[in-house]
Amino acid sequence: MSVLAVLENNGQVWHRMSWETLAAAQQIARELNTTASAAVVRTGGRAFADELGRKQLEKAYLVDHAALENYTPDGYTLALRQLIAQVKPSLVLFPHTYQVRDFLPKLATALGRVAVTDVIAHRVENGQLILVRQLFQGKVNADVRFATDAPNFASLQAGAYRADQVADGSASVEAFAPTISASEIRTRPLDLFREAQRAVDLSAAELIVSVGRGIKEADQIPLVQKLAAALGAELAASRPICDAGWLPMERQVGSSGQTVAPKMYMAVGISGAIQHLVGMKGSRIVVAINKDPNAPIFEVADYGIVGDLFQVVPELIAAVEKSK
Amino acid sequence: MKIVVAIKQVPARDSQLRIAPAGKWIEEADLTHEINEPDAYALEEGLQLKEKHGGEVVVLCAGPAAAAQTIREALAKGADRAIHIETAEAADFDPLATARLLAAGLKTEAPDLILTGLQSDDLGYGQTGVILAELLALPHATIIMQVEKQDGLIRVKRELEDGWFQHVEMPLPALLTIQSGINKLRYATLMGIKKAKTKEVKRLTPVELGVAGGTAAVVLQRVYAPERTKRTQLFEGNPKEAAAQLIEKLKFEARVL
Repeated sequence: MSVLAVLENNGQVWHRMSWETLAAAQQIARELNTTASAAVVRTGGRAFADELGRKQLEKAYLVDHAALENYTPDGYTLALRQLIAQVKPSLVLFPHTYQVRDFLPKLATALGRVAVTDVIAHRVENGQLILVRQLFQGKVNADVRFATDAPNFASLQAGAYRADQVADGSASVEAFAPTISASEIRTRPLDLFREAQRAVDLSAAELIVSVGRGIKEADQIPLVQKLAAALGAELAASRPICDAGWLPMERQVGSSGQTVAPKMYMAVGISGAIQHLVGMKGSRIVVAINKDPNAPIFEVADYGIVGDLFQVVPELIAAVEKSK
Repeated sequence: MKIVVAIKQVPARDSQLRIAPAGKWIEEADLTHEINEPDAYALEEGLQLKEKHGGEVVVLCAGPAAAAQTIREALAKGADRAIHIETAEAADFDPLATARLLAAGLKTEAPDLILTGLQSDDLGYGQTGVILAELLALPHATIIMQVEKQDGLIRVKRELEDGWFQHVEMPLPALLTIQSGINKLRYATLMGIKKAKTKEVKRLTPVELGVAGGTAAVVLQRVYAPERTKRTQLFEGNPKEAAAQLIEKLKFEARVL
């Protein structure tokens, strides 16, 4: 019985969520009276494994093979299956990154398991691990547990655990060379790229007014634009607004867009799905305007108005003008 | 090209959800349902690929009898036929169980391409597509923003984090999970709605498919409303007063204006 954290590294830097997952693995291992180990898949990544070797872990594994240079779901699944067969962990934890979402369900299925994805918290009851995850875009929480024998799999939501809680120590570093033949990798990863240069740097904005699905129509966007102008704030949006082409993609806040941390973030008609929250929850003051008092955005809001944005926003513009 | 699009029916987005008395699930009875949004984009992508390359679009859905409405709407938008695996329960809490149903429903189909949304708006596991690919031994890619068919292979644009993308190529048959926003959704035309009534919907049950009664790999113990982590100062009632109070607070208490 042990916990294995599989961390993400692109060859240059660690994914920031890796340390959150490592902290969670150490914590859960303590609560289950067992040990934690960590693994990183990185061709020639000895230096990264050595870095793990300075953490409080039983072992740090470097999964190293030429075929793993560029990420593929086939390659990672083959490699991690072999690592798991050797290490025999009872629980394998991952950060809930886009890459993990791409291969973890495949890995778990190959072993006849179901991964519990996007976990926000855990507790141990009578020696049994209960994981908490969100349903319905964050409107409902659920306690879930594994019904299968080891190994079990879970991925952890961004920000659910604190990276600064990682305990230092020392661990033996072990290289693990999986057996992979090139023909087993069916997808061919090509270039990594970004679309046109971002003209708008939302991360530098002090005040942001952000608009979501509640605005209903493209024709209504100017209303929120006017509020942003009155406040001297940058205009931003949640994903559906940019998907619909109502505002350019460069104004999108969230896991696939920009991460912002302004002095004030005002969310207008945004329900607050987790993909949006991860992009703005570092804001100092969060204000929510929403007609649904149960919208998840209120869970992170310091101030809020429950009401129809089409009535509230014009009044906000008037109040700002008046206070100048 | 034979394209299968796996879709799910979920409670409508703006639903007011109430926890059922046993605390095991939500009250489903009084909810309206709709197609899972990312699945709507997967359907649209399937229809556009068919328009470009020919072939057929088959809608595949595992869900209760009421899901027939969502299937009809997909047919009205232009899918050629449908396979409905009728389950007793509205919600299957286990993405592996759902993927097994879908895989069994495809046994006699041999599609070139399977598309589905990247995640469901209700359970949000984001796994069913990838699990289905593994069960069918197909290559896959997730969170796709562009699909281009070339000779014997497809080239896709995968969304990564922080505004990054990657092109990936793979042979067909393959499975892709589609991201919302990949295309512009169409509306069903009156003609489409009329035609949908005569299109084939093959109804199958888990028992017929030989995949009924497995034990779940994960157990949903309890559902509940999330606890507030922050104390929110709420202003309700008259919009004018609420707006004035909020601006006052932002200025003099939070000091952000």
